[in-house]
Amino acid sequence: MTIGTIAKLLSAEIFTGEELSEKEARTACGSDLMSDVLAFIKNQSVLITGLTNSQVVRTAEMMDIVCIVIVRGKRPTDDMVQLAEESGIAVLSTGYSLFTTCGILYANGLAGGDRILA
Amino acid sequence: MLDMQTASKPHRAKLYLHYEIDGDDFTRAGEASSKLKQSLKQLGLSPAVIRRAAIAMYEGEINMVAHADGGVIDVDIDTAAITIVMRDTGNGIEDIDAAMKEGYSTASDEVRQMGFGAGMGLPNMKKHSDYMKIDTKVGEGTTVTMKISIMSE
Repeated sequence: MTIGTIAKLLSAEIFTGEELSEKEARTACGSDLMSDVLAFIKNQSVLITGLTNSQVVRTAEMMDIVCIVIVRGKRPTDDMVQLAEESGIAVLSTGYSLFTTCGILYANGLAGGDRILA
Repeated sequence: MLDMQTASKPHRAKLYLHYEIDGDDFTRAGEASSKLKQSLKQLGLSPAVIRRAAIAMYEGEINMVAHADGGVIDVDIDTAAITIVMRDTGNGIEDIDAAMKEGYSTASDEVRQMGFGAGMGLPNMKKHSDYMKIDTKVGEGTTVTMKISIMSE
């Protein structure tokens, strides 16, 4: 699924990374806890979160995540947008909740890519 | 702050990097790890190795700002490994066994509001490095040494 398709499915506003719309994303994760994203996530390319601060972009950068989707109609802070621009990460904002956002993307073929953690 | 003392030649040179971490500004935490990541990319190391090093150092950087009022980081890269030494003069870690347990955290509310303080930092640093050593003294500070092998990939 391309980042452009993600934006369309979520009726999302694109704050930065318009030029990345053809970029492919195969897997995604949803979390407001960056500690857990850093510890448990492997090879995901989309981060869906309700958290809006610069460390969200830093976390995405370290994890090679190419697209951040901010949920619940929240807007990214200016420093988030600037950092994401520098790092080549797309930042989108959607009015849907975290759960619904994940559901829409999953139903349209974006995978979780996770192993079952037992 | 980035200080390259040796000119880089992909896969050949020994590279030394030094970073100073500002302990006052949580929003800037991660700048050094971001710079390290760029330097490792320029060296042409594998994405998996780069990511392990970046995640390990980023967690450490967050810890330095959250718990120790900043510090200094020295990174040595040779053909075998990336060695990251993170030094602070903070309060030290009182209970190292507890600190290494997933879920244990003494982070402030401010740090938690930024999405951290879940008690995953030190365990995750260990997970992403091939060797980790913690030297800590209460009231004096903490030095964390991590090695990430380049050859294992």
